[in-house]
Amino acid sequence: MALSGSLGFVSNNFNSMLVTAQAWISTRFVVIQDFLTVPRDVVALRQRNTELEAEVSRLQAQVVQLQNSVSDADALAALVNFSRSNPENSYSAASVIGRDPSPFLRYVIIDKGSNEGLRRGMPVVTDQGLVGRVDAVINSAARVQLITDTSSAVNIRLEKAKKEAVLTGTVAGDLVLDLVAQDVVLENGDIVLTSGLGGGYPAGLIVGQVLNVRKRDADLFQQAVIQPVVDFTKLKIVLIITDFRPVDISPLVPIP
Amino acid sequence: MKNLVAFPLLALAFMLQTAVVSRITLLSGVADFVLLILISWALQESVRSAWHWAALAGLIGIFVSGLPPYVLMPAYLAAVALARYVLRQTWQTPILALFSVTFFSTLILHLITYVSLSFLGASISPGDVLAIITLPSIFLNFLLVLPVHSFIRDLALWVYPVEDMV
Repeated sequence: MALSGSLGFVSNNFNSMLVTAQAWISTRFVVIQDFLTVPRDVVALRQRNTELEAEVSRLQAQVVQLQNSVSDADALAALVNFSRSNPENSYSAASVIGRDPSPFLRYVIIDKGSNEGLRRGMPVVTDQGLVGRVDAVINSAARVQLITDTSSAVNIRLEKAKKEAVLTGTVAGDLVLDLVAQDVVLENGDIVLTSGLGGGYPAGLIVGQVLNVRKRDADLFQQAVIQPVVDFTKLKIVLIITDFRPVDISPLVPIP
Repeated sequence: MKNLVAFPLLALAFMLQTAVVSRITLLSGVADFVLLILISWALQESVRSAWHWAALAGLIGIFVSGLPPYVLMPAYLAAVALARYVLRQTWQTPILALFSVTFFSTLILHLITYVSLSFLGASISPGDVLAIITLPSIFLNFLLVLPVHSFIRDLALWVYPVEDMV
C-alpha cells in the first residue's frame, strides 16, 4: 500500500508532524542552549573587551609617540635645512629640557654642554631666527638666555630704515625697540636683523618684525614693539652656533 | 638618617619645576613647586629640619636658576621663618594658615627678585610685575599647595613617626 502510494496522505501528514515537532524541539533547544551559554559568553566578551581596550590604549599611546617623532623629525629637518642654507657657521643641535624656575627670567635649559663644545656667549638660533645666547654651561647641559629676557639687549638693524637700535625684553615676554630717534621712519612689518655691533651676536640673523610703533612728539625717542619670529613657548630643538666667539667689549666702554 | 630624603626630593622638585611646572603659565606667572614644598614641610609640627631644607633648596636654586645667588636663599629662609612663626601661633595648622603663608611667601620671593633685578639694571615696571607675574603665580600656588601639603604631611609622618601615647 505504501509502494502504491495509497498511504501518501498519511505519510505526508505524519512527516509534517514530525518535522514540526522537531522544529519546535530544535527551536526550544537553541533557546535553552543560548540561555545557558550566554552568561559564559558575556564573561568571555568582557575579557575580550578589556583586552581590546588595552590594545586601543596601547595603540593610541603609540600614535601619540609617533606623532611626536614626526614633529621632532620635521623640526630637525627644518634645522638641517637652515644649517645647509647657512654653511658659514658650525652648528650643534640641542633639545630644550626645561625652563628657569623663576617667572621673572626667560631662560631655557638645553641638553648639551661643554662636552659638546658649548661655551658661554654662543648664539642660539632656530630655523626661524634668533633665540638667545648661552648664559651658563656645565659639562652636559647649558642655560640659554632668551632675547625676551628683561636683561637681554640685542643690537639690531632695521632692514628698511637702515638704522641700528637696541632690542630689549620685557617681563611680559615681548620685545621692545627703545631709544630710536624720532626721525627714523618705522613701519609695521619692517624686518629686524642682528647688526653684529657689540660682538654679542653674528650679523644678519632674523629677529622679528615691527608690530607696533609708538611715536609721540613730546618724547625724545620713539618706541616699537617687535613680533619675534620664534615662538618661545614652543621651543623644542635649537641650534647653537659653535664657531662664533663673542667679543667682550666691556673694557672698552668708558666708565661714567 | 631619613632626613637625607631632602636631597633626592628637592633635586626631583627642581627637576619637576624646570621641566613641567615652569611650562604651565598663567600670563607670565608660574607656580613655585619648591617653595610650596618648603612651606608645607615647615608647617609640620613634628619637623625639625625645615631650616636645613630651605638652605639646601637655596643652594640647588643657585645652581639651577639664572637669578642672582642672593635671591633664593633668603627668600626660602624667610618663607620657612614665616611658616614656623605661624605654626607657633596656630593650633593644628588650619588651611587658612597654609594659604596665608603661601601668599606672603610668594610676595616675599617676588619682592626680593624684583628688587635684585632692578638693582642689576633690568627695567621692570612694578605694576606689570604685580599684574602679570605675582598675582597669577599666587593663584597657581594656591591651586598646587593642597596636594603638595598632603604629600608632604605623609612624608613628615614617615620621617618623624608619631610615638604611641602610653
